[in-house]
Amino acid sequence: MDVFIAIVQILDSTIRLSVPLLLACLAGLFSERSGIFDIGLEGKMLVGAFAGAAAASVFHSAFIGLGMAILISVAFAMVHGFASITHRGNQIVSGVAINFIAAGSTIILGQAWFQQGGRTPALQPGERFDAIVWPGADAVRDVPVIGPIYAELISGHSLLVYLAFLMVPFTWWVLFRTRFGLRLRAVGENPAAVDTAGISVAWLRYRALICTGILTGVAGAYLSMVQNGGFVKDMTAGKGYIALAALIFAKWKPVNAMFACLLFGFLDAAAIRLQGSPLPIIGKVPVQFMQALPYILTVILLAGFIGKAIPPRAGGVPYVKER
Amino acid sequence: MSTPYAKLPAWADYGLIPVINLAVAFIVAGFVVLLVGENPFRAAVILVEGAFGKGTGIAFTLFYATTFIFTGLSVAVAAHCGLFNIGTEGQAYIAGLGIAIVCLSFDSTLPWWLTFPMAIVASALVGALWALIPAYLQARRGSHIVITTIMFNFIAASSMVYLLVGLLKPAGSQAPQTRNFLAGAELPKLNWVIELFGAKIRSAPLNVTFLLALLMAFLVWLLIWRTKLGYEMRTYGHSPKAARYAGISETRIIITAMMISGALAGMMALNPVMGDQHNVAIDFVSGAGFVGIAVALMGRLHPVGIVLAAVLFGMLYQGGAELAFEMPAISRDMIVIIQGLVILFAGALEHMFRPYIQAMFASFSPRSVGMEVVKGRGA
Repeated sequence: MDVFIAIVQILDSTIRLSVPLLLACLAGLFSERSGIFDIGLEGKMLVGAFAGAAAASVFHSAFIGLGMAILISVAFAMVHGFASITHRGNQIVSGVAINFIAAGSTIILGQAWFQQGGRTPALQPGERFDAIVWPGADAVRDVPVIGPIYAELISGHSLLVYLAFLMVPFTWWVLFRTRFGLRLRAVGENPAAVDTAGISVAWLRYRALICTGILTGVAGAYLSMVQNGGFVKDMTAGKGYIALAALIFAKWKPVNAMFACLLFGFLDAAAIRLQGSPLPIIGKVPVQFMQALPYILTVILLAGFIGKAIPPRAGGVPYVKER
Repeated sequence: MSTPYAKLPAWADYGLIPVINLAVAFIVAGFVVLLVGENPFRAAVILVEGAFGKGTGIAFTLFYATTFIFTGLSVAVAAHCGLFNIGTEGQAYIAGLGIAIVCLSFDSTLPWWLTFPMAIVASALVGALWALIPAYLQARRGSHIVITTIMFNFIAASSMVYLLVGLLKPAGSQAPQTRNFLAGAELPKLNWVIELFGAKIRSAPLNVTFLLALLMAFLVWLLIWRTKLGYEMRTYGHSPKAARYAGISETRIIITAMMISGALAGMMALNPVMGDQHNVAIDFVSGAGFVGIAVALMGRLHPVGIVLAAVLFGMLYQGGAELAFEMPAISRDMIVIIQGLVILFAGALEHMFRPYIQAMFASFSPRSVGMEVVKGRGA
């Protein structure tokens, strides 16, 4: 029974750890499906986390915090759009720039406004998104097997967790069952065809980036207002890049993205749980190896050893009408 | 690919536009300083004085510049071949391993002028090998080099942490770093050169690696513009189709360019490891690889520009330290913002002001932008 409880606990933390990855991954999905590479997921999450925690603690409201996180994150997405859509700049370079501006400005502004070494004040109960306990969770907790699964895994998460997982079918529906989604995918494959049909390539791509900004904003808010009770400098710690890896791993598909993020979240949860304690058969696995595993897996996938990851064809290429 | 923009005179292209882009980046940075409630002009004065006011400041500025010359050249060599090597950071980090092996083996027996060449080769080799796998995957498997080099940065970081908390750490020590190197792996300082000009230096880590960096800048210039290989790299960077048509092997050129880039990135590690810290510690690269992107873009991928841009960033790093001391509201992270803004305006938005400048040139002297003025014929 102890083993079973341990597994449920690992799965529970898997869900918690994969939520920011999932939101950022879906964010990247919108952007890359429209033909805009986005290395700047990391930076947008970071400004979202900062803006969310700062606004929540100043205005004493979790929802104002979430709104602010989305607003600032979208603003950064628009900078990316301005550089890479309007001025046809290099999308990678623009993404790198956004990551730096985000990393620096959150620390400088955090220190100037709150004087806590780049942190925001610890969030009070009303200023965070609290866990939602589902009806009957406490009653069934002692029921074997189903009890812990219902009480730990399904119930007891915050609003943003459920939102993140609901975003998966929603994203699928938007991309594959709406006119906007069809055009968005088309503009990522062949923008000239979309242009010929009389649809603005630039506006379509800007809208895709707005979706990206909203989702990275929520991802950031989750980090600073759910997982952690406040903003800490550099708190994204490479999650934006793992999300990017997950996106490739998922071959730019929403449902696959969820599984990829759960896998990477599980690796993280297992690494924390094991902390260097030996596994049966394999023996002791270094923590660093577990941390590097998502990246190693992605490289192996990219090398074409596990299926083939084919990115949207027009990805990374600025659209020039005259050609 | 046809450029959607008309030609400008060379001095405007290589001088005016970068200066304008840089100025805009600094103006925006000034607004950030204003936002935290400090005077941006006073901040600028403290920054420049901190970097060039005293001999020690100059030496520190050049010490940082040394690091950035290497990483800037690394990014530039790959960029000439049309490859975005974002993995400079990881290549430099893992090269610390090569240096550690050489230094820990020979520092008690050999003098520095024998350890140094061996360490140069080791660092370049390890850096180049770390770039080899992404290069191979790009050339033969079509995996996007940007993504693979990012992944390799993280893999390098994890591997180095693993080695530094385990194998490389001396027994009984708590700090995750190698033991301190002995005199045989300490590079001589260059501070006396600045002292020749009458300045006093207390202690600054400027060392012979600076000369190696300048030599590498010259060799990169030679490679890119004076050799067949450089010509092939630029051809491939400009148009992979044309290069293929000209019979240039795609695999060979991508792998060669990336390995040279990785070797230059690897040599960066010599400066902090052998010139300053005298050990290999966790995160000793601390973002210098990414600064290389800004330096390369600002220097417009030309070695002379890169050296100038590296000195500018060295100034920001040294002056930024002074600034953090004088203005408590501004920490050294201000540099990260400036770095980001420079990458944004000199890199991603480099064409933003171009149409206006072209219009300006066209109205003053149409000839300079290639428009002939035809007299005597009415339109």
